[in-house]
Amino acid sequence: MSLALIAALPFLGALTPALTQRFGRGIATATVALFSAAALLLILQHVPAIMAGQTITTQINWLPTLGLNANFRLDGLALLFALLILGIGLLIQIYARFYLDTSEPYARFLTYLMLFQGAMLGIVLSDNILLLLVFWEMTSLSSFLLIGFWSHLPKARQGARMALATTGAGGLAMIAGLLMLGHVAGGYDLSTILGERAAIQASPLYVPALLLILLGAFTKSAQFPFHYWLPHAMAAPTPVSAYLHSATMVKAGLFLLARLWPVLAGTPEWFWIVTSAGLITMSFAAGVALFKDDLKAILAYSTVSHLGLITFLLGLGTKAAATAAVFHILCHATFKAALFMLAGIVDHATHTRDIRALGGLRRAMPISFALASIATLSMAGIPPLNGFLSKEMMLEEAAHTAPWVIPVLATFAALLSVAYALRFLVYTFLGQAPAYAHAPHDPGAGLWLPPAILAALVVAIGLAPMAMAGWLVDAAASATTGEAVHAHIALWHGLQPPALWMSLAAVGGALVVLGLYPALRAAWDGAHKPDAKAMFDAGMGWLTKTATALTQGLHNGSLSRGFAVGLCSFLALGLYAYLSAPTLPGTRALTQISFAPVVAFGLLMTAALAATALHRKRLLALLLTGIVGLILSASFAYLSAPDLALTQITVEVVTIALMLLALNFLPKTTPRKTAGFRKLRDGGLAVAVGTGVAALAYTLMTREAMFPPISAFHLAQSLPGAGGHNAVNTIIVDFRGYDTYGEIIVLGIAALLIFALTESLLGTRWAVQPDHAAGDEGDAHPVMLQTATRLILPMAMLVGVYLFLRGHNEPGGGFVAGLVFAIGLVLQYIASGQDWAAARRRIPYHAMIGAGVLVASATGIGSFLAGRPFLTSNFTHGHLPPLKDFELATAALFDLGVFLCVLGAVMLALDALARLAKPQEGR
Amino acid sequence: MLTYALTFAIACFALALILNLWRLATAPTMPDRILTVDTMVINIIALIVLYGAKAQSAVSFDAALLLAMTGFVSTVAFCKFLLRGGIIE
Repeated sequence: MSLALIAALPFLGALTPALTQRFGRGIATATVALFSAAALLLILQHVPAIMAGQTITTQINWLPTLGLNANFRLDGLALLFALLILGIGLLIQIYARFYLDTSEPYARFLTYLMLFQGAMLGIVLSDNILLLLVFWEMTSLSSFLLIGFWSHLPKARQGARMALATTGAGGLAMIAGLLMLGHVAGGYDLSTILGERAAIQASPLYVPALLLILLGAFTKSAQFPFHYWLPHAMAAPTPVSAYLHSATMVKAGLFLLARLWPVLAGTPEWFWIVTSAGLITMSFAAGVALFKDDLKAILAYSTVSHLGLITFLLGLGTKAAATAAVFHILCHATFKAALFMLAGIVDHATHTRDIRALGGLRRAMPISFALASIATLSMAGIPPLNGFLSKEMMLEEAAHTAPWVIPVLATFAALLSVAYALRFLVYTFLGQAPAYAHAPHDPGAGLWLPPAILAALVVAIGLAPMAMAGWLVDAAASATTGEAVHAHIALWHGLQPPALWMSLAAVGGALVVLGLYPALRAAWDGAHKPDAKAMFDAGMGWLTKTATALTQGLHNGSLSRGFAVGLCSFLALGLYAYLSAPTLPGTRALTQISFAPVVAFGLLMTAALAATALHRKRLLALLLTGIVGLILSASFAYLSAPDLALTQITVEVVTIALMLLALNFLPKTTPRKTAGFRKLRDGGLAVAVGTGVAALAYTLMTREAMFPPISAFHLAQSLPGAGGHNAVNTIIVDFRGYDTYGEIIVLGIAALLIFALTESLLGTRWAVQPDHAAGDEGDAHPVMLQTATRLILPMAMLVGVYLFLRGHNEPGGGFVAGLVFAIGLVLQYIASGQDWAAARRRIPYHAMIGAGVLVASATGIGSFLAGRPFLTSNFTHGHLPPLKDFELATAALFDLGVFLCVLGAVMLALDALARLAKPQEGR
Repeated sequence: MLTYALTFAIACFALALILNLWRLATAPTMPDRILTVDTMVINIIALIVLYGAKAQSAVSFDAALLLAMTGFVSTVAFCKFLLRGGIIE
């Protein structure tokens, strides 16, 4: 349970800022920090076990049949990342507390931050890769919120959208890739997958799965050519940049590469794709960083470059390279988080991040200068700092890799990285101080302490690598490679290793580059550079245009267009099915038909055709539809479907009442809209589809079913399984009770929507004036009608109660009963008017819908008490002389819910329309 | 004997439905048409009951009963609509 709790802690923490913000930013920060610290402590408690080579797991079944379980695992790799996420997370919380202005919505910021932290922690702790995907998507979403936190800035919104679009698209590809991987490995748990190396690499799905997974990892970790989103994400507040782009979000892709390293790495495909992506990203981004002037932009490109370095190392596929990669993940997180924070400090102090406008800050801000020097020199790979160690390891690995271009490029990238790092430091802190508007000074401890802690780590790891980080690197590298690793990290390896000479060459080259900088800069500024943002916007624009064109082509809001597209698809699919399979002759004998049904069906068809021909006269068309409904009800009765007959009869009455109410607001004739060719085309399509459906029905009815139909089960189980004789009703309230449950909720929502729409129209100038010009003859409320309907009401209710009670065994049930009640009430509305009826209404219709849903839900939940799944019905037989034996079924209670919902929904819709139709006085 | 009587009665009501259709097509005004549909409902009720008697089954009797009880509501609504321009005031 412990791991699941650890993963849950940040999410729980995300809930607190809303509650604690009233006590001030300090308390709010302390509360969320408490959650992060608790998670960190719980992780640390597992350290001894992991050092001993164990893997901690927690398994919680979620959807075991789909292979989706909330399984967590903690091994060396997960430990390294968890420590980074939570440790740097804590520093960021402190830093953000002092960084963000008091006018910012701080609680919201903390909530986003904790959501992101939880999602990241979930990724690294997931054992199940489907669960990992869920957390992966959550990081994309929460980082969108964080990057776009200053949503009033267009740059922030655009940057957030770009990050979301890029990482989201990669995430989609990764879903497919991981599903393939799980399919090949025969399970979605890492513990299963990691043991299936041979099977996975031999599978024909290996290459597609690899490509898709790499797409996900490369977009997330900003590898070329998906690097463009990261610099634009710098529009985020600096604490966000420090967190997302040093230790967490962008490292998620690397984490995945490392996590799947044992099964994916070691093949030529892996080597060439991953190594070249990493190498290109590393050198290209380092080059761009050299020519940027914004502090954060330099750091952004530097981050991209370092991510490329780690990708490159993971791509090499050797144990030593993977160890170096893991070590550099740790080193980069420490110095880069510190540098982002320091960039924020400089920004605060001088109100600019442009290094051309900065300089000479070493005197004004000595603390920041000291910290920045440590972190920058580590980034440049200068001994004795930790960046030097991991860079040496990288160069050493590159030196032993053929072809020669690899070590050359690696040295070149190292050279550029020294150059931009020195430029960053020198331009900001050394040289002459320009005239600042406000005299810059060091910030309070709240801002410089977090980077100071990181800088201390940078030095400590650099001076005593084995003591400080050796254990962690060993554990993480062992978990990454699947074999025991004992890294030997040291500052001095003697004069033999080529890395030393490559390093020296890089430093020397960097000094030359800086010396030539003005000339290089002029060439760079003059060169034509592709603008990633413009390309991205163009790509998105093209996508949007295509999507819009497709949508407009399929349904542009015209009902006939939508119908035409849908019907054509049905027709094509039906034809395909018909032509691609052999047709067996029908074996069922046709039933005899007598005179009266022929007449009735003739009437049905005539009415249907007439309604089509005369549809422009709306009232007449409604009358003709009424005839169709009438014959349909009779057909159900004739064809032995009494339940359907009852339902159809009542539905018809209610429908006509509602349609007439709606007709109140509509013109009495439909304008002519289609003519000529289009009419012919639409008519032809309708006839073709109608014929097809008729042929299909005929074919099905004259043949025996291929598979035994489920109806036999329902008929056989109706009494023993659900305690009712009426299989139709037991299907509705018991076998398919969950469907019904959903349906009544939808019905209720639809009625509430009608209410909301009419209510919002009431009293506005948009209210449609009902068309009363048709006439005001006769009485509004005829006495005879009033008297008759008031007599009918109790009778209708009695019939309704009767239909309801017997529904379980004979035709009837809650749905029909609700409609019968509704008809009785509608009659009161018609005869005595809305005012009269509304004045006598005790229970509001909303409450009725709500009560219906609640009763149905309570019935469903009740079965939990009996230890059975949702909505399992239970029944018993009762004796109450002088009545016959009867059942007491929980399904009847559920049916009561259906009844209330139907009654409430019909009446609410009717009442709402009737209110809208009332004369305009008093509005 | 009863079988013949039932068959005859059913034929008569079926014929009545045809006449309803004829009236519907030739009716001069809307109220005539509404009345025609109301008559149609009566004929259908009769047919349902007669078929039930012929099949010696009571199962569709409720349908006839319910139709008898609620069938007139649509007629009332249509008439109210024609007279007053709206069914609920």
